[in-house]
Amino acid sequence: MTGARIFFVGGLLSYRALFNWLSPWIFVPTFLIAPIFQILLFVYIGRSAGVASDKFYVVGNALQYAAIPCIFAMSNTIAGERFQQTLGFVLATPAARLPLFVGRSLPVILNGIAVCAFAFVVGGAIVGIDVPSSAVGPLALTIAVSAASCTGLGLLIAAVGLRVRETAVLNNIVFGVLLVFTGANVPLSDLPGWMSFLAQGMPLTHGIEAARRLADGASLSSVAGLIGAEAAVGAAYLVLGYALLRFMEWQSRRLATLESV
Amino acid sequence: MSAQRIGRLVWVGWVFRLKEMSRSGLFVFTSIIEPLIFATLTYYLFTAGSKPGTVLYSALGAGMMGIWSTTLFASGGAIQWQRWQGTLELLVAAPPPFLLVVFPLTLGSATIGIYSLTATLLWERLLYGLPFDPVHPLLFAISVPSLILGLGTLGLVIASGFVLYRNANALSNMLEFPVWLVTGVIVPLSLLPGWASKIGWVLSPTWGFRAVRNSVFGGPVWPSIGMCLGLSLVYVFVAGYFTGIFERRARERATLSLT
Repeated sequence: MTGARIFFVGGLLSYRALFNWLSPWIFVPTFLIAPIFQILLFVYIGRSAGVASDKFYVVGNALQYAAIPCIFAMSNTIAGERFQQTLGFVLATPAARLPLFVGRSLPVILNGIAVCAFAFVVGGAIVGIDVPSSAVGPLALTIAVSAASCTGLGLLIAAVGLRVRETAVLNNIVFGVLLVFTGANVPLSDLPGWMSFLAQGMPLTHGIEAARRLADGASLSSVAGLIGAEAAVGAAYLVLGYALLRFMEWQSRRLATLESV
Repeated sequence: MSAQRIGRLVWVGWVFRLKEMSRSGLFVFTSIIEPLIFATLTYYLFTAGSKPGTVLYSALGAGMMGIWSTTLFASGGAIQWQRWQGTLELLVAAPPPFLLVVFPLTLGSATIGIYSLTATLLWERLLYGLPFDPVHPLLFAISVPSLILGLGTLGLVIASGFVLYRNANALSNMLEFPVWLVTGVIVPLSLLPGWASKIGWVLSPTWGFRAVRNSVFGGPVWPSIGMCLGLSLVYVFVAGYFTGIFERRARERATLSLT
């Protein structure tokens, strides 16, 4: 019961307290307007370059933009403790670490799903793409799995944030790498072999591919493998992130780096 | 203030700004790594595309995109960072007009953008073998500073809003992609809806980008430089007007030190 309370209530409280983009003055421009402009930019670049259809960019960028809430929010909800000088108190509690850290990811995943779905629907409506109604449910599932997978990467970055101060820089680099590598804007087949190979181990790559096929009318069963691969990648990052968090916690106690900002 | 003192203030502020920005990890990322990410992305996008002759256009565009990102991020941050460091009140209270204090900060931000352009062109030259042979090298050397001045003064207008609004940085972050779109830096304006391209006409970067592009690929350069500089002058007056209003309101509401 205590573990469940830490997971749900603690996760929500930390999200509300530490994710400093929750003000409407920041949330609306960052999460609702910026992704629409990202979609429009790449739709027009795509038209200019003659690479792919508008739907290709709407789907790719809507899902890729989940990286903003999932990575930034996840790292902020843990690295933010350091800036508030509360990290020492959090780590001094006897609370089980799994619900303490992983519980913080749940509100982030929901945030990512909401941002992604909004960008998909509004961006798609502005550009005028057609998505079969039968694809709505499977697309929602794909978006949820992709957001969760990306949050796993966010947890890994959050762990690094226990040691590195400039997490904002790291977040921006990761966002840029995902923009290039995941096939959000350039088909994987058009990237060099080493880039498309690396993309297989990155969150969002398989989710974007699955979402594109679903939006083109494919059935859920035909993309189950891709969604499973996305979930597996996310799970791997989650495990890695949790392990690194524990390691960094131990390291920061040993080196007394918890309070350095 | 005498012209000599104004010149000294702008010079010292500009140099100080360059030194200050070179010590910010976040800013170094924005000016160094982000342009290379977009250069890589646009290179693969346009080489994958079916339209010939667009790769060089996009390569130059990616470099200029970097200048805008740098200017936007750092110009907005110029006020925000002062606020966070608790020095905004001191700057507002200083004897020189606040506009003159802010101008070298935004000009310094735009100047760093030259690095973004250079790095992008070098990156694409060394990694992808894209040639860079401007048709009018001298005009290129003139049009780039004009673009920087145009961006710096636009940054001045943006920065004025930061005096009053604490969360204006979210708004400035949001402006990165729209300005890329409506100024035609990477996508020809003819592809955009008519109303969207008209927005670009009142933005100095549109003309600055056009001047740089025409100096590289050929075409009339001076009219675009003239428009860019003319709009820059307008921006200085607009920024002066808004800075006066916002500064007074921020004093009345006592919000200068709020973070």
